[in-house]
Amino acid sequence: MSARADLRRVVRAYPTLLRVGLAEAVAYRAEMLVWMLTTTMPLVSLALWSAVAETAPVGRFTQRGFAAYFLATLLVRQLTGSWLVWELNQEIRSGTLSRRLLRPIHPLITYSAQNLAAIPLRFAMTLPAAVVWLVVLEPGAFPRSPLALGAGLLAILGAWLINFFTMALIGSIAFYLESSTAIFDLWMVAFMLLSGYLVPLELFPAALRGVIHALPFRYVIAFPVEIFTGTLRGEAIVGELGIQWAYVLGAGAAAILAFRSGVKRFSAFGG
Amino acid sequence: MLRYLRLLALGLRISVTVGMQYRWNFVIDGVVSILWTGLGLIPLTIAFHARPAIHGWTFATALVVVGWFSLLKGILDGAINPSLLTVVDQIRQGTLDFVLLKPADAQFLVSTARFEPWKALDGLAAIGIFVWAFRLLGRAPGALDVLGSLALLACATLVLYSIWILVIAAAFWVVRLDNLAYLFSSVFDFARWPVSVFRGVLAIVFTFVIPLGIMTTYPAEALLGTLSLRTALLSTVGALGFALISRAVWSRAIGRYTSASS
Repeated sequence: MSARADLRRVVRAYPTLLRVGLAEAVAYRAEMLVWMLTTTMPLVSLALWSAVAETAPVGRFTQRGFAAYFLATLLVRQLTGSWLVWELNQEIRSGTLSRRLLRPIHPLITYSAQNLAAIPLRFAMTLPAAVVWLVVLEPGAFPRSPLALGAGLLAILGAWLINFFTMALIGSIAFYLESSTAIFDLWMVAFMLLSGYLVPLELFPAALRGVIHALPFRYVIAFPVEIFTGTLRGEAIVGELGIQWAYVLGAGAAAILAFRSGVKRFSAFGG
Repeated sequence: MLRYLRLLALGLRISVTVGMQYRWNFVIDGVVSILWTGLGLIPLTIAFHARPAIHGWTFATALVVVGWFSLLKGILDGAINPSLLTVVDQIRQGTLDFVLLKPADAQFLVSTARFEPWKALDGLAAIGIFVWAFRLLGRAPGALDVLGSLALLACATLVLYSIWILVIAAAFWVVRLDNLAYLFSSVFDFARWPVSVFRGVLAIVFTFVIPLGIMTTYPAEALLGTLSLRTALLSTVGALGFALISRAVWSRAIGRYTSASS
């Protein structure tokens, strides 16, 4: 079976997979709603930091600045979030993964379709926040040049890929351990603190900022957010885009390898 | 009653024995918990940098709230979470039957099934933070205040436990719980801030729906000696109310349990 035939089959099947994914997202509305609620946490951060900035701005952030930052964070999180790790954990443990393995398409591809298909729905629900942010708060900050806009979209795609692949990687650990959600919790704590999800990274002490720029977390939230709020411009974007996509490739390779070697150990029961 | 105390002691002993087998966890958990406690302080230092007070809270008093947060997080991860998360698996696999067949209260049994003794380290981190905060304040907490705050700690634990029971009870209706648990822990993370910082809708949510106030802010105020007796009494009543509601919901939920092939 040649690689090209494989690819052609994936391209042909993908639209159908997306349709199935969308149908699933609509069917499991309750789960979706819980997830939506979780990703609205930036609004709580917004309330908190607005209170802090009431008397005087924090760094460069006024109340308005915080509002723009956290609304952008909300959007980026909605567009790039993935919950693959839970899905993988559950399917590995219950054995239902075998159904996916029987299909002639790599499971990670079907998972990715499932994930991507839910994004329009999530985006529709957060559209009001997006409109408020674009029209009212930072009308000047949104990248105007097509080049900057392209970089922003590329950064969002990169952020989603990093998320997706690390979830797949952590999820694949469940092939070896009984459950990898404890490791995922550790990743989550680091993510919350170091990605700019709870606090804008530029407010961190200078000594820590160098470390943060080298870690992957920043490229999941703060980097796309900073492009869209206009803090990051020109050459800085190109450099960071390079680091981000290096992480994408690294995480992708690691995830695919971990999944492949994990599947070899997988012995399904039930299903 | 005595029987339940004996059961609790037994559960604790087993957990400690199991915990002793994984001594490396002690080191790892210790390092991780110190690291996270330290990193978790960064937002606070940023917020209070060059700013004397936010809604009446200074850096030192807000630090006391962070201390309570650490302590409660230790209780959550060490005593509440491990047991209750095993219930979810038991529901899914149908092995909850074995628990229900035992001649003791099912809620008690599932709540005391597992402890993680190493999480007590979070408690040590909390004490460190209290010491630091009161050094900054330049005084020691009064003996009565300490007693009051310990009483409120019991309320806080009760509320935390009750909310978790509600989350777990949802497992009888929906299959996947990870996202509910994740939602709760995301919200709980804001308990590191004094609840009075929030205004409007969020203030109402965090006082009545998910009472972060009862969990960390009021015990901290009690330790600082600034809590009014009225708030203390109301939060006790609130905690008991939460416990009753969660007990009722649990009973209903367990009534729906139909087992699975196992």
